[in-house]
Amino acid sequence: MRDETVKLALPAAGDATERPISIAIVAMGGQGGGVLTDWIVQLAENHGWVAQSTSVPGVAQRTGATIYYIEAMPPLDGRKPILSLMPTPGDVDVVMAAEFMEAGRSILRGLVTPDRTTLIASNHRTFAIGEKIVPGNGIADKGAVTGAIGIAAKTEIIFDMNALAIANGSVISAAMFGALAGAGVLSFSRDSYLDVIRAGDKGAQASIRAFEAAFDRVQSKSPEPTAPARPETAKTPPSPAALDPRLAGLAARLTQELPEAVQAIGRAGLKKVVDFQDVAYGGEYLDILGKLHAADRSAGGAEWNFAFTEAAAKYLANAMTYDDVIRVADLKTRSGRRARIEGELELSEGQVLQTTEFMHPRMEEVMGMLPAGFARWLGAKPGLLGWLDRRVNKGRRVRTYALPWFLALYVVGGLRGLRRRSLRHAIETAHRDEWVKFATEAVRTNYQLGVEILQCRRLVKGYSDTHSRGLSKFDKTLAAIKLVAPREDAADWARRLREAALKDSAGKELDGVIQTIKSFA
Amino acid sequence: MAERSFAREVEDLRLGDGDTFRGEGILAITKALLQSGVAYVGGYQGSPISHLMDVLADAKDVLDDLGVVFQSSANEAAAAAMLSASVMYPLRGAVAWKSTVGTNVASDALANLASGGVTGGTMIIVGEDYGEGSSIMQERTHAFAMKSQIWLLDPRPDHECIVNLIEKGFELSEVSNTPVMLEVRVRACHMHGSFACKDNVKPAHTIKDALNNPKRDVGRIVLPPAAYEHEQEKIRTRMPAAINFVRDNRLNEWMGPKQGKVGIIMQGGMYNNVIRALQYLGLSDAYGNTQIPLYVMNVTYPVIDTEVAEFCLDKDAVLIVEEGQPEYLEQAINTVLRRRDIQARVHGKDVLPMGGDYTAQVLLGGVREFLEKTDPRLLGNRPPAPDATAVLSHPEVEKLKQVVPARPPGLCTGCPERPIFAAMKLVESELGEHHVSADIGCHLFSILPPFNIGATTMGFGLGPASTSAFNVKADKRSIAVMGDGGFWHNGLTSGIGNAVFNKHDGVFVIVDNYYTSATGGQDILSSRAVSKRRNTNNSIVQAVKGIGGKWVRQIDRTYDVGRMRDTLKEALTTKEQGPKVIVASSECMLNKQRRVKPQISKAIKDGVRTVKERFGVDEDVCTGDHACIRLSGCPSLSVKQLDDPLRDDPVAAIDNSCVGCGNCGEVAEAAVLCPSFYRADVIHNPTGWDRFKSKVAMAVIGWLQRRRDRRRPALEALA
Repeated sequence: MRDETVKLALPAAGDATERPISIAIVAMGGQGGGVLTDWIVQLAENHGWVAQSTSVPGVAQRTGATIYYIEAMPPLDGRKPILSLMPTPGDVDVVMAAEFMEAGRSILRGLVTPDRTTLIASNHRTFAIGEKIVPGNGIADKGAVTGAIGIAAKTEIIFDMNALAIANGSVISAAMFGALAGAGVLSFSRDSYLDVIRAGDKGAQASIRAFEAAFDRVQSKSPEPTAPARPETAKTPPSPAALDPRLAGLAARLTQELPEAVQAIGRAGLKKVVDFQDVAYGGEYLDILGKLHAADRSAGGAEWNFAFTEAAAKYLANAMTYDDVIRVADLKTRSGRRARIEGELELSEGQVLQTTEFMHPRMEEVMGMLPAGFARWLGAKPGLLGWLDRRVNKGRRVRTYALPWFLALYVVGGLRGLRRRSLRHAIETAHRDEWVKFATEAVRTNYQLGVEILQCRRLVKGYSDTHSRGLSKFDKTLAAIKLVAPREDAADWARRLREAALKDSAGKELDGVIQTIKSFA
Repeated sequence: MAERSFAREVEDLRLGDGDTFRGEGILAITKALLQSGVAYVGGYQGSPISHLMDVLADAKDVLDDLGVVFQSSANEAAAAAMLSASVMYPLRGAVAWKSTVGTNVASDALANLASGGVTGGTMIIVGEDYGEGSSIMQERTHAFAMKSQIWLLDPRPDHECIVNLIEKGFELSEVSNTPVMLEVRVRACHMHGSFACKDNVKPAHTIKDALNNPKRDVGRIVLPPAAYEHEQEKIRTRMPAAINFVRDNRLNEWMGPKQGKVGIIMQGGMYNNVIRALQYLGLSDAYGNTQIPLYVMNVTYPVIDTEVAEFCLDKDAVLIVEEGQPEYLEQAINTVLRRRDIQARVHGKDVLPMGGDYTAQVLLGGVREFLEKTDPRLLGNRPPAPDATAVLSHPEVEKLKQVVPARPPGLCTGCPERPIFAAMKLVESELGEHHVSADIGCHLFSILPPFNIGATTMGFGLGPASTSAFNVKADKRSIAVMGDGGFWHNGLTSGIGNAVFNKHDGVFVIVDNYYTSATGGQDILSSRAVSKRRNTNNSIVQAVKGIGGKWVRQIDRTYDVGRMRDTLKEALTTKEQGPKVIVASSECMLNKQRRVKPQISKAIKDGVRTVKERFGVDEDVCTGDHACIRLSGCPSLSVKQLDDPLRDDPVAAIDNSCVGCGNCGEVAEAAVLCPSFYRADVIHNPTGWDRFKSKVAMAVIGWLQRRRDRRRPALEALA
């Protein structure tokens, strides 16, 4: 900047040097940002102000991020203010964000600044497509937005306006309008806001309820309202099995054999395993876990807070409760399941519910259920297998709560007695044992590598093709880990491999890392 | 039936003297047309002027009362050609479209119209889709105005000014026998504002009068030697007449002090943001009391040389504020000044960016730099201008950049186009990737995640035409996608007809969702609704067969993913010669919901047995791989984190915006994904038989469930 700048007498035109109130609404298409915009414009006009709003309802409206912008100020001696059509970074009084990441985006656009901006944002999330398609966990970190809000906003009003609106039978725009009124940034009375809503016809009552709830929430800083209570899932009466001394025995073993820090996860794992098969299977789980813990101890696991045992407790349980037809049929026919769906649908008295499952069993799944020997014999007869597959392999619409279908599922769900002898169990067990062995060997020399190997189990998931893809990624990853196992930084590579495998479904990233490993190993 | 109804807003079109209009810019424009006494209107929808077409469609009664003819046009060329009604007859007419794309399509007709000239006032309203939020290539309409010699109006974004310019524009058109373009930018189209109304004016001469008294004059037809005459007329008569009119009627505006060392020349559309920039610099108040002389060009073509010269004469320097490139105005003004040897220095794109939105922030920088170069004293005590850089460079905010996910537009919940692309994905996994030509329309979202299908888009209805080079024998065939809107816009001839003629072996998918959905759901020839005013229900399949297509498959329910996949596979592998045309039809879900939702609510309220469908996910069955989402992208299909220490990855979840279209189930079945999806059918007002059936079944089921629950190890014992 130049030094020779001089103080210039700029004739002030009284109020005219003021700038208009500026409000930016950042939302996704279809969130009712247009309605909210119209309300605010009407509110200002009702007070004799000149108000201007703009929006871009092009393709962004189709679920993309979009922005509505309003400026308003009183006229001066009959002269209308000249209002801008877009928000200027650093010059926005109120930013209203209808979703939490959109609040983050508004900060990145410079719309939220500590000298003037009141940020009114709903902290609920609507995930973007990029977050949803990741085979692992692609959900963005909300904490980063919270942190940035603390830096950028002059005043922040953050709560779940979506939940509040739904709880009041309305939509988020009404709750946000209430939050704006409650924030008191505009010099208009609460009643004048309500007048605007009342002037609209559709859903005015529900909008007013949501408005008032949000207003009160902002004014009184009342705590977050709890989500509407779901109807209790049907409680099963305590069964005779509850008294099964073997279960108590397992519980006792767990507390005796495992260090305290990993007991909680061990208990969750034990529950899952017993629920999957039976009490004896729970014992098997504890047996294997016990061996792994022994390996952990002798590898000096105490120093690592028994991270190896902890990972084992979690992933061993997952490995033992593989997804087979029996499990799916069992889960679909449980009593709690229907209660859960009824709760989600908010089913009321006098309504009748039916559900249809979309199942596509293949011969592979049937083979998996058969006794291992018989299945292997069948597997060697491609002609017969093909003939059978043509009969089995098709999409089936299963009406869960129609008796014939329910009975079929119920029977399949009850086949757990056959499970231990099935081909699938044989395959899963062999695969599991190999993995456990590899991890146990690794932990002796490289503790972290052992843990990483256990965590690779996360890669196995899905059904049918998805499952085979997951499995092949798992196998590829383990094979690659074997290549680097003797290295000191093997654990780092294992982690890198696993993370890459979870990035995309095709496994391109994983292949990339494997290429790198092969280049030096 | 358009996505949005303007039934209430249309009433505003009846306002008269003494009333104040309050509403959207596009409605103000429509009102101005009626105040100008137009005899006919037409156009082609597309953001940002879709609403104008919708308003006109909804305003039948108002238009009928005034005797105004409204025609929806097949495309922009058809709309432009319609203006020929004003060539021989003193009829005022107006058409509207999205620019520059629409102007590209219309340019042949426009050039002919401008050459022969017009008798009645003609106005082309172009929605300039430039800058943030635009859906098209970034170009300027200005070039078209100059090359064909059509006057270009670029009014200040203010309803009063826009309405006045439209009224004056018709006069200008008549005085100079030249069509006029009115350029309104996206935000101005959707801007809420107000103006003082006048009464509507019935056209003095009507279309009927013209039909009953036909006239012809070969001199107006573009054919040598008349065409050479036209060029001379343009130069000798029409241009001078226009310049005189613009000057005499003061269509361009002078603001601020008469004298000044420096001044700013701008397109009218830039005015509001320039004032805001000046305000930040302490050089204007909020009401436009500027301390720097401004010359606001509400008419950007022709440039009024004498006005420019007068404005620049006593100045050291001027700044040209002109959005987009090339800098036509800056060049023109330089010529004016050089010819007259006026010494004012011309600044413009040297201090302002060559391309992109001229926001207040951008202009603030440009104007400041201009003043620093030319008259720094004006910057005075340099009041602090708004500045977000401190916040933006804070590490916490920097970190946010890596976190906030992109949110590209996508197909709506329940969109019938989703299963088409899911099927294409399934075929891709079997037969490998293919060259896919995309087209304009909602289906263009296929190029984005999760589908990532489509290599090029060359223009509305040109998807099929853009595969025409790929007409050779190879291991794979080309695939072209086009919507029903594009099909009727020109795709039938430019794409399908051409493919038939050239014996193109490729696959052509026509996505028929009963409307031009991307532009807001306007009816077209093949719309299924019965319309009293239009002839709808004309079959795309018949049209394709009529033009010579032999291999044509109609899929009536796009949600049948398995059938969609098999049909595509057949099309890609069949030995049959010539184009393989698949017409995939299902109603646009946005429109369907708008139509059906009130009916369902009413039926439920009236006690009629109604089944409502919704999809759900069994979270304990879902393994969190998200393969289903990679084949869908439905907004209602999302993920949620379970409160389960044994699970790392979030599971799929369907929220209550689900409309039960069926895609999830079909995809899970066709792709053999996983059995976690279910469809929940809720019967409202069930019959006695429904209730009886359910009761009996549930009694047995309940007994069986209790039986198994008793045998299950009670896990509470482990808690």
